Amino acid sequence: MSAIQNRYEFVFLFDVANGNPNGDPDNGNMPRIETQTQLGLVSDVCLKRKVRNYVDLVKGGEPPFAIYMQERAILNNQHKKGYEALGIEPAPKKLPKKEAEARDLTRWMCTNYFDIRTFGAVMTTDVNAGQVRGPIQMTFAQSIDPIVPQEISITRSSVTNERDAEKERTMGRKFIVPYGLYRSHGFVSASLAGDATKGTGFSEDDLELFFNALVDMFDHDRSAARGEMNACRLIIFKHASALGNARAQSLFELVKVSLKPDVKLPRHFSDYIVTIDRDNLPAGVDLIERL
Amino acid sequence: MPYGVKLLVSGPRACFTRPEMKAERVSYDTLTPSAARGILEAIHWKPAIRWVIDRIHVLQPIRFQSIRRNEVGSKAPAGRIKTAMNRGSLEDLALLVDEDRQQRASTVLVDVAYVIEAHFELTARAGADDTEGKHLEMFNRRAERGQCFHQPCLGTREFAADFRLISDGEPLPKAIAETRDLGFMLWDIDHSRPDRPSLFFRAMLENGVIAVPQPGSLEIRR
Repeated sequence: MSAIQNRYEFVFLFDVANGNPNGDPDNGNMPRIETQTQLGLVSDVCLKRKVRNYVDLVKGGEPPFAIYMQERAILNNQHKKGYEALGIEPAPKKLPKKEAEARDLTRWMCTNYFDIRTFGAVMTTDVNAGQVRGPIQMTFAQSIDPIVPQEISITRSSVTNERDAEKERTMGRKFIVPYGLYRSHGFVSASLAGDATKGTGFSEDDLELFFNALVDMFDHDRSAARGEMNACRLIIFKHASALGNARAQSLFELVKVSLKPDVKLPRHFSDYIVTIDRDNLPAGVDLIERL
Repeated sequence: MPYGVKLLVSGPRACFTRPEMKAERVSYDTLTPSAARGILEAIHWKPAIRWVIDRIHVLQPIRFQSIRRNEVGSKAPAGRIKTAMNRGSLEDLALLVDEDRQQRASTVLVDVAYVIEAHFELTARAGADDTEGKHLEMFNRRAERGQCFHQPCLGTREFAADFRLISDGEPLPKAIAETRDLGFMLWDIDHSRPDRPSLFFRAMLENGVIAVPQPGSLEIRR
């Protein structure tokens, strides 16, 4: 599968209702907030984690879609079978130069692991080729309007330790965002996929899988903490060339998300209007709406 | 500077990590020359040229914010990759992130904008058809159209940089009215030496502008 030939940017909108999209370890797991603006944040790594989990779920962790950065819940040993079935022959050539060897290792990792091909990875070698920059770069997602996290006290009617038995119940805390619509920006740099020496070989199929992951990943990430999270819109800008045909920021500015004039307190995605200024789409850029 | 370029870069957040505080990252007060070089290289670079940063204009007040994230503690070990490759199986070649957790805080800059003034020099690897005009033209064309080899970032990749070329004759945006000593700042990494030592310089913010010493000048300390 050959590497992608086009640069892309995307605007990804997702929302949360009565849940905590991304806890802040500095703040006792309260939802992340930008203190000056009160806008909610979701880190890039949080979203990438969900993409990895989705791909692992869909592809069963088998090469060429294995996931290097795994959560413990995933069973490692399943890999072997699939790998043997595929019969990919490794090519450990005895190369005299260390750099060439490192490049071979890197290439092999890119070929087998989806997350390394997509997001990159740092591998220990003393040559530069051991570090891969993946074509996909994501930024922090930020909420459209300020969020107001709420602390909910909950009780549990059983206790953990016998010595607490007379207490009958224990109290716990949960943080929720009643509602928040988040906007995230992403970049796909084709050059980092297709470059002769540094390219990771990230293909059209991989890209398709990545966009599917964005659309569907929240449906496979249900938990008590998350509440209801949902992908709302995925708007993709496809450039005609690998280097791109327009400034990324100018494309992001074409997508405007605003609260409906009669709504004071957003509680649903339908309280927002998403407008795309199609008339000002620069030449050589295609707009693709996946959601 | 006959082959100078001016590029406006901005973004909601940035982290130009101080080398002495890199476990729990603390950003320098401003864009560093090496990060500025990285941004220019993301737009256009060939082995035939070397970017040299002349001045950095700081356009927004310097403000910080702290972000703590779950990170992993180790890199992929080359030895194990090699074994797995020879064996032809991916078994046990994965990193269990919850077992190798490190929670690290980053002190990052918020709401930044800079003007990078730079020029390039031809290197020993320049061929006969590598003229200064050609590379300048390529850079300007790309920057003007918003093209780039990969999306440039403000220190780390999660903080993407928006960039805009400031064309010849266009007035420069106003820098902040601030003069202060920023202390020793990373100038760049010396990639030509085997252990890649860091090079530093004494950064002075004068009316919002940092004059960056030229390569080989005595102001650059090892």
